[in-house]
Amino acid sequence: MESLMAVSIGVLFATAIYMMLRRSIVKLVIGLMLLSNAANLLIFTTAGMRRGAPPLVPEGLGAPTSAVADPLPQALVLTAIVIAFGVLSFAVVLVRRAWEVVRADDLDQMKDTDT
Amino acid sequence: MQLAVLGGFVLAGMAPLLHRWFAARTPLLMAALPAGIAAWLLAQWPMVVAGGALRLEWAWAPGLDISLTFLLDGLSLMFALLISVIGAVVLVYSGEYLRGHRDLPRFLVVITAFMMSMLGLVLSDNLVALFVFWELTSITSYLLIGFNHTDSAARKAAQQGLLVTVGGGLALLAGFVMLAQAGDSWSLQALVERGDVLRQHELYTPLLICILLGAFTKSAQFPFHFWLPNAMAAPTPVSAYLHSATMVKAGIYLLARLHPALSGSEAWVFTLSLVGALTMVTGAFLAIRHTGIKTLLAYSTVMALGTLTLLLGIGTPGALSAFVIFLLAHAFYKGTLFLVAGILDHETGTKDVTAMGGLRRVMPLTAALAMLAALSLAGLPPLLGFVGKELMFVSLLEASSWQKSLLVPAFVAAFLTLSVAAIVALRPFFGARQETPRTPREPPLAMLAGPLLLTSLSLLLGLAPGGLDGLTRAVLADIGASGADVKLALWHGINLPLGLSLASLVLGGLVYRYWDGLRGMLRRLDPLMTRGPEAGYDALMAGLVALAAWQTRFLQNGYIRNYLVMTLLVMLGLVGHAFFFRHGLAIELGVSVYIHEAVVAGLMVAGAVSACVMRARLAAVAAVGVMGFCIALTFVLFSAPDLAITQLLVETLTVVLLALVLFRLPRFATLSTPIERLRDLVVATLTGGMITLLMLSVLSGERLPRISDWMVANSQPQAHGHNIVNVILVDFRALDTLGEIFVLALAAVGVHAMLRFHARGNPAGDDGGSGGPMKSGTLILSVAARLLLPLQLLFSVFLLLRGHDEPGGGFIAALAASGGFALYLFAFGRDALRQVLRVSPRDLVGVGLLLGMLSTLPAWWSGEPFFTAHWWTIPVIDFKASTPLIFDIGVYLAVVGVVLTAITALVDNDRHDEG
Repeated sequence: MESLMAVSIGVLFATAIYMMLRRSIVKLVIGLMLLSNAANLLIFTTAGMRRGAPPLVPEGLGAPTSAVADPLPQALVLTAIVIAFGVLSFAVVLVRRAWEVVRADDLDQMKDTDT
Repeated sequence: MQLAVLGGFVLAGMAPLLHRWFAARTPLLMAALPAGIAAWLLAQWPMVVAGGALRLEWAWAPGLDISLTFLLDGLSLMFALLISVIGAVVLVYSGEYLRGHRDLPRFLVVITAFMMSMLGLVLSDNLVALFVFWELTSITSYLLIGFNHTDSAARKAAQQGLLVTVGGGLALLAGFVMLAQAGDSWSLQALVERGDVLRQHELYTPLLICILLGAFTKSAQFPFHFWLPNAMAAPTPVSAYLHSATMVKAGIYLLARLHPALSGSEAWVFTLSLVGALTMVTGAFLAIRHTGIKTLLAYSTVMALGTLTLLLGIGTPGALSAFVIFLLAHAFYKGTLFLVAGILDHETGTKDVTAMGGLRRVMPLTAALAMLAALSLAGLPPLLGFVGKELMFVSLLEASSWQKSLLVPAFVAAFLTLSVAAIVALRPFFGARQETPRTPREPPLAMLAGPLLLTSLSLLLGLAPGGLDGLTRAVLADIGASGADVKLALWHGINLPLGLSLASLVLGGLVYRYWDGLRGMLRRLDPLMTRGPEAGYDALMAGLVALAAWQTRFLQNGYIRNYLVMTLLVMLGLVGHAFFFRHGLAIELGVSVYIHEAVVAGLMVAGAVSACVMRARLAAVAAVGVMGFCIALTFVLFSAPDLAITQLLVETLTVVLLALVLFRLPRFATLSTPIERLRDLVVATLTGGMITLLMLSVLSGERLPRISDWMVANSQPQAHGHNIVNVILVDFRALDTLGEIFVLALAAVGVHAMLRFHARGNPAGDDGGSGGPMKSGTLILSVAARLLLPLQLLFSVFLLLRGHDEPGGGFIAALAASGGFALYLFAFGRDALRQVLRVSPRDLVGVGLLLGMLSTLPAWWSGEPFFTAHWWTIPVIDFKASTPLIFDIGVYLAVVGVVLTAITALVDNDRHDEG
């Protein structure tokens, strides 16, 4: 499964970068969303994937009885998802403001600092 | 001693305050510090002369072998005495010179800081400490040259001095690092004893080049001499102090200090002798081309610095004693002459010697001092300068074969210097009285005291140079000629050096006699002069600016995608190179895939690709959503319930966010040409492919032991939590999480700032007002929202509390609650939401951060490591409260605050647009 995921994540990165290279600022934001998702998956996948063994300690026990999925990358990715959302909301508000001020969705029209 | 120096920096900082209290008496007061240091140094004189040395240990960063250890031996005693005595003199003098100047406090700050840096430089035993002080002198010198910062010439000169000396400083740092490596120590005292090892070491040549570069730039040796005359833009006391008596001698000091460690090789002897001789002649020759008294003196300083370098290059005991005497003599007479130049400038209002004349009648004392000092400069008896010059001639006559030829430049420099002395001391004071911008009179005592002291020293020591025998012997011992027999005397009988002195007197007199005509002749050389090293410097600077402009245009052209492409290509190049040529490709493909997993992955990819090709905005957003939900499914399938919930909730909120903004924006348009798209496609594909290869390579490699095994084993026993992910977030790695919610808070602050900026024209943008246009009016939605909000909040609290043991926790609970609020917002508008909330979202962020930090207090209180968890059982309801729970509540509030700030920001804008 990891091999399949590696290929999928590669495609995700490619789409993200393609979108981030667009002149439209909205496409740039979509690229950003794709990129953060791809990065999260990358961390999650490279740590190794395990089916049906969530990192929970069964009730009444001190430790899981069998091997569980690695909890550390999960903790990393969890915060990363929320932070990506924070960044996205910032970007979205920025796009709104930019649109109100410049009335353009084209990054090439936003090259100067004087508008 | 270290305390005195460091305290001096504190004193420097306090200068403006002192100036407020003591006004014009401040400089006098501050001079007490260098005077005190000088007194202490004098008290050490007998000990040092007896061959002793004082080592004051002071650890600074012992782990890095860096110390602030001071070493007081003959060499450093001589320099430190010069620095503190002339420092005190200059402080007293500048009190008068700059009396009533608006920026006197600033001047006092910088010059005192310089004084202390210079003391630190000559006293430090550690290379790193020495370097720090070295750079500090460069910086303070920069500030002092540019003291009159409204004058563009002064600014340019300051920048030039800084760039030249700091450029050399950079080389010096490299040289020091190599020196420490080769000699295996950062201590000068230790390095000096390892001269043989150092000279044999393979790094010897590069380290010598680097160190010489540093010393030559600092001490204005040819071809770096040009900055020194320009530095005369500084106030005259600064020129007297930094640019003749002390700072420019730092390079000389360093060369002398390292003399036992590095000298003796052919490279050392040749470079120092030739550069010294060249500098000597250049300085003396350029001096007589000028009429500005300070410029004249500056070039003669260049000449003196060249002489000192030359003497170090010769390196015989005779040359080294000449070095010591010449150095002292130069400090005395040049200090005096600069101070006199300052008096003349101050009293007459001009710096041009040809514009002055006959001043001896109005300022006889000044004239007498100037003439005595000039005698010393000219190398005439009975002053110390004469002793020094005779010693130099003797040592050159005794030098090895080819070095004897250096007698020629030395002689040329000597008679040119003699004429400079005559110009400076005779021209302004004799001849016909000339009208000057100001009416001159004898200056106040504070300005004369310094020249008086220095000239007396020059005269006394000239008459009885035997008083310096002991010090010279001690210095010689430090710079590699221990046990030398030093017998200084004024009169050596009639011999060849005396003959040379007489000859230079005659020639120098002739030059003085015909100076005006000579200058006219030399002016014809002006076109040649414009091609000197300074032109090289200017060309270099222009080139640097052009390069910077070019690379800015090329790399920072304002197109964000060009930056991105550039970054990606560099990354691809570097990673690809390492991957294919260094590491090699070793990939195993795993094939254990279930059909439903493959479907999920396929949908995910399809969603991402569709998002790129969709022409409708909503469709693109929906495609991204599909991808997001597939990722959530992946998390479900591969044992990450917390992640799955988080991802789902975030996807939902993302849709809300985008829905709020997309309709306001124009439709997608095709902005780029097919070629551009092809280029982007290639870059994107390459990068994606590289990531895939990297991942496959990582996954095929050897698995390292997981660092989370400890966390899995200790989650329940130590942190009382069954949900390991949550335990990591709020307990094991809580500090990381705290950092992360701060990042989120920052995003909220950014959003809020944009909102305020937006509301500029309408300061009441934050006011109540009507419900706003977001009110949907749909009955089903209204009812649902009203019902769902309390339920969703209740559910979120449940998620929060159970998070420690089962999937849930602060982040997830916050996202769930935000969903409820978002629905309410859609149904009833912003103001209704605000009434329900009762607090502003950004206050929630603040309270959340505060709670997060408060939860660390109990551990702090009981002296345990930061973020150590504490647990209490609340008796009646048998509820286990803990600091991680408080922390998680903090996370909850902060995240709710951030999400609501963003969403309400967009709604606020709506109202504004239409209202």
